[in-house]
Amino acid sequence: MEDFQIIDNCLMVRLPEEVDHYRAAYICENADRFILQENVAHVVFDFEDTRFMDSSGIGIIMGRYRKIACFGGRVYAIHVDSQIQRMFAMAGLNKIVEVLA
Amino acid sequence: MNSQNNGIRRNEMEIVFDAIARNESFARVAVAAFVTHLNPTLEELADVKTAVSEAVTNAIIHGYENYEGCGVHGEKPAARTAEHPGKVRLQCVLEGDVIHIEVEDKGKGIEDLEKAMEPLFTTRPELDRSGMGFSFMEAFMDDLDVKSEPGKGTLVRMMKKLGTTAWIECEE
Repeated sequence: MEDFQIIDNCLMVRLPEEVDHYRAAYICENADRFILQENVAHVVFDFEDTRFMDSSGIGIIMGRYRKIACFGGRVYAIHVDSQIQRMFAMAGLNKIVEVLA
Repeated sequence: MNSQNNGIRRNEMEIVFDAIARNESFARVAVAAFVTHLNPTLEELADVKTAVSEAVTNAIIHGYENYEGCGVHGEKPAARTAEHPGKVRLQCVLEGDVIHIEVEDKGKGIEDLEKAMEPLFTTRPELDRSGMGFSFMEAFMDDLDVKSEPGKGTLVRMMKKLGTTAWIECEE
């Protein structure tokens, strides 16, 4: 299950098993709610449970980046497997997202 | 055990389903199940599933503009509740170890195909679309061909060789 948690000034988003367009709306809406309400500076996306992702996942990350980057926020991605890494590279996401193993 | 592989050189399936977001996972899982007996690698399977997901998602949210459940940013409520009754046709043909996939919609079509295929170009940034759909289809499949006519619909044809059959036959 997707999970949203605030740790210090970071929003931790635990992504679901399948990150596609159908689930993207839920993730975006909730992440944005936390970003607006709480004092969130940075967002961390955790791909530990994720077994499938399509370009909707890239859209989720780019959209959140746009929301926090203007305030100096950073986006991180953790537990990223090689397939998702490939998509990040193709979309040029490595320039805006810090990928941690 | 291998008789399944050798017996079926050509195998075809076609499904037609409603253009709604929750059918996206159904479509890609159906294709994945269809090619399982070729023993594709996990990476090949992920590639095919992603490509199908992209094509089907495009048909639903761009072809028929059914973005119910999508990002709400600035969307008109009326546009989100009215669902287009359109269908998406998904056809898979296996020829040996090559999978041919067709995804077709009778939706609004693509005005400028060249532009649509550019990486990061999207007509729907408000839905948090990345504009990487066609790029991923191109990258993850061996061949991609798109035909579209404004007002008539879009046909996406892709193919990929799944490389493990030879290896299995070799081994046995």
